[in-house]
Amino acid sequence: MVGIESMGIYVPKYRLDRKEIFESVGWISRNFLPGERTTANYDEDSITMAVNAAMRCEHDEVDAVFFASATMPYKERQNAEIIATALDLGSDVTTADFTGSTKAVTTALINAVNCVAAGEAKRILVCAADCRIGRPGSYLEMVSGDGAAAVVVGKEKLASIDGYQSISYDFMDTWKIDKDDLARSWEDRWIRDEGYKKFIAEAISKLLENKNVNTSEIAKVAYPCLYPRDFPRIALSLGFSQEQIQDPLITTLGNTGNAHPLIMLAAALEKVENGSKIIVASYGSGSDAVLFTAKENFPLSETTGVSKKMPYRKYLAFRELLPVEKGMRGEEVAPTPVSVLWRNRREILALVGSKCRKCGTPQYPSQRVCVACQSQDLEPYRFADKKGKIFSFTEDYLAFSVNPPAIYGIIDFEGGGRYWFDITDCEQGELKVGMPVGMSFRRRDFDPGRRVYNYFWKAVPEVRG
Amino acid sequence: MIRDKVAIIGMGCSKFGERWDVGFEDLALEAFNEALDDASIELKDIQAAWLATCFDEVMCGKSALPIANALKLPFIPVTRVENFCASGSEALRGAVYAVASGACDVALAIGVEKLKDTGYGGLPEFGTVMGTKNRLIFPNVTAPGAFAMLATRYFSEYGLSPEKGKEILARISVKSHHNGAMNPKAHLRREVTVEDVLKAPIIAWPLGLYDCCGVSDGAAAAIVVRAENAKEYREDPIYVKSMQISATPGEELLYKWDGVHVETTVRAAEKAYKEAGIENPRKEIDLLEVHDCFSITELVTYEDLGISPRGEAWKDVENGFFELDGEVPCQTDGGLKCFGHPIGASGIRMAYEIYKQLQGKAGKRQVEDPRIGLTHNLGGFPAMSVAAICIFGIK
Repeated sequence: MVGIESMGIYVPKYRLDRKEIFESVGWISRNFLPGERTTANYDEDSITMAVNAAMRCEHDEVDAVFFASATMPYKERQNAEIIATALDLGSDVTTADFTGSTKAVTTALINAVNCVAAGEAKRILVCAADCRIGRPGSYLEMVSGDGAAAVVVGKEKLASIDGYQSISYDFMDTWKIDKDDLARSWEDRWIRDEGYKKFIAEAISKLLENKNVNTSEIAKVAYPCLYPRDFPRIALSLGFSQEQIQDPLITTLGNTGNAHPLIMLAAALEKVENGSKIIVASYGSGSDAVLFTAKENFPLSETTGVSKKMPYRKYLAFRELLPVEKGMRGEEVAPTPVSVLWRNRREILALVGSKCRKCGTPQYPSQRVCVACQSQDLEPYRFADKKGKIFSFTEDYLAFSVNPPAIYGIIDFEGGGRYWFDITDCEQGELKVGMPVGMSFRRRDFDPGRRVYNYFWKAVPEVRG
Repeated sequence: MIRDKVAIIGMGCSKFGERWDVGFEDLALEAFNEALDDASIELKDIQAAWLATCFDEVMCGKSALPIANALKLPFIPVTRVENFCASGSEALRGAVYAVASGACDVALAIGVEKLKDTGYGGLPEFGTVMGTKNRLIFPNVTAPGAFAMLATRYFSEYGLSPEKGKEILARISVKSHHNGAMNPKAHLRREVTVEDVLKAPIIAWPLGLYDCCGVSDGAAAAIVVRAENAKEYREDPIYVKSMQISATPGEELLYKWDGVHVETTVRAAEKAYKEAGIENPRKEIDLLEVHDCFSITELVTYEDLGISPRGEAWKDVENGFFELDGEVPCQTDGGLKCFGHPIGASGIRMAYEIYKQLQGKAGKRQVEDPRIGLTHNLGGFPAMSVAAICIFGIK
């Protein structure tokens, strides 16, 4: 049977305190939820988070990459293919973007399951990420979180996928036209009563009926939380008990859009016994409900443990909701040489350097002549998955950065090789020579002249919780 | 071997500073006129010229034409050179090699940089000057940041606490400010205390404002002839003992390097001492003008030049070894610290101070009876550099 072979969850390190949001902009609309929500750092978007999630699962030799997000950084230039390139998957993969709604993730998953079931593919990587920006003071801002998940659909190692039910409606709860940066919404009460509560219930009940499964046979039922008070009522109305309802992580992460169904699946897989049945439903333009059977536990809390607070005013600047002074130096962004990026795409997007076939020295960037022995016989060597240590670093207040000071340093890789990189997800005063780091795919900069988001790898200090 | 084949017969140096009221042409002319007067020659006597500029795109534009036009050099061969911050020494090398070869008899080297037209502090942004691929993979590195990493490493390697390390670095800047305060051509002419340096704002940790050289406009020029002709021009020409340049093949940033020295300085110094016939630099060199773009650069350069033992330069600093009345005075003119660093001009500005000192014309800053002086001009960053070392002497 088709199932989930491997899974990776990426939750950004930073959290917004909802109380601080309320204190800052609560006077506008009085929206309040308790707890905290995740937020992408200034150099993260849906693509980078998806790559980081995928790096945490066994994604070798997949036949296809599906990417689901309602917040695709590119409208044209396929986002899934940027992810595939960053993962160094080569050109023999099918790639597709699934978008337009927060149920795109389950649609991608269902399509992957069908492809594998039909024997058209052996393994498909499904990535999902969202980084939804609500207007300051809006409910969307309060309820949302940023995050990513990736699963490899293939053999039933972590879980089997036993069935699904799709419900689709053109329901205008939230929408954006092609020229919009921020979404609009209809009245909350209408969304809640006419859409949210009805569609999820319809999808789950039809799935149970089609599969001839009783609610009592389900260990966990998971679906996103849009309205905390009404959230449990959906499952309770279908005959589930409170204990069967998966914690939607609303007070710790927020609703991470397309990532959320898979994050909730991971949360359920962390706790349930093997052989337990799990239902995961998405929401957005209808709902997809998917039935799983757990085969192995997933250590979710290990990936979401360490977090830091991001001040709300910094978040506003990072998401360009507050136009801050960037200085004249910040205006001097060099034009992106796209043909150079193409020629060096493995080097830049997948962090592939070279290794000397004669003396074995790894080196980045890729060299034509070995830096150690001058041999011209070198082979590709990937650094993205290598750990490293900080050789030296600085906190630079002169350099332009969206988040000054610009922190960068020279990294020595385990197994050999050294180069300098920006260091991210860290603050002034935190670094020391010799500190361990891992590599993380990030948005390097935005070229406003040529309208290009440039991506590259940065070092992230490995903080153990 | 270039030793004793060429002599400098005239030099000029503009006033350095934030020269809001003058442009590239004015700076060039200021240095050039002084050099012509000093050599007692005329414009028509110059047979070939080398121009050093670095950030041409934010000032005069590319090629040798801006200088040929500004000075009205009369249809002679003029060449523009650029090797990052070592550009000035590169221009001087071109002129020296040209007269040494006999291709011409009188050659001009001039370095000019008008930095203060960008609208922001620090050097012009590096985004477009590092090459199209590096644009996509380099961190958003600045000069202070790149050199700060040398200090981070140095403190860590030699077990100096940040407080102790910063205090050592502060003494280097205090010394240069002391000298610069006596120099009418310097940009920053104010004495500072260790306390001033330590409480200044951080630019790139651990370097603070006073660990960084100024950002200035300026120009410097030299006129060279073959050694055998030098006395026809003046009684006290200064002879070129060595000129060496070392460019890295790139191993420091990619492969192996301890991060507490600059390899190209070491390599260029080894060759320069051999060329000049110097066996014990600590004893034989009378004064130094090193590339103190940052205080840490000066500290490691003491070691890289073999003046101080490895890891112990800080002790020499504490003992006043490099002060004006010390054993090997360094930055007697105030250095980059007080002159600022108009890139193309700096290497020739350093030579100007050595030239004046060797001639005994350094006024209040005069070192007692110097015979051999060295300039060290460093381009790029510690992890990827090009170093130029010139040694000058009286015959």
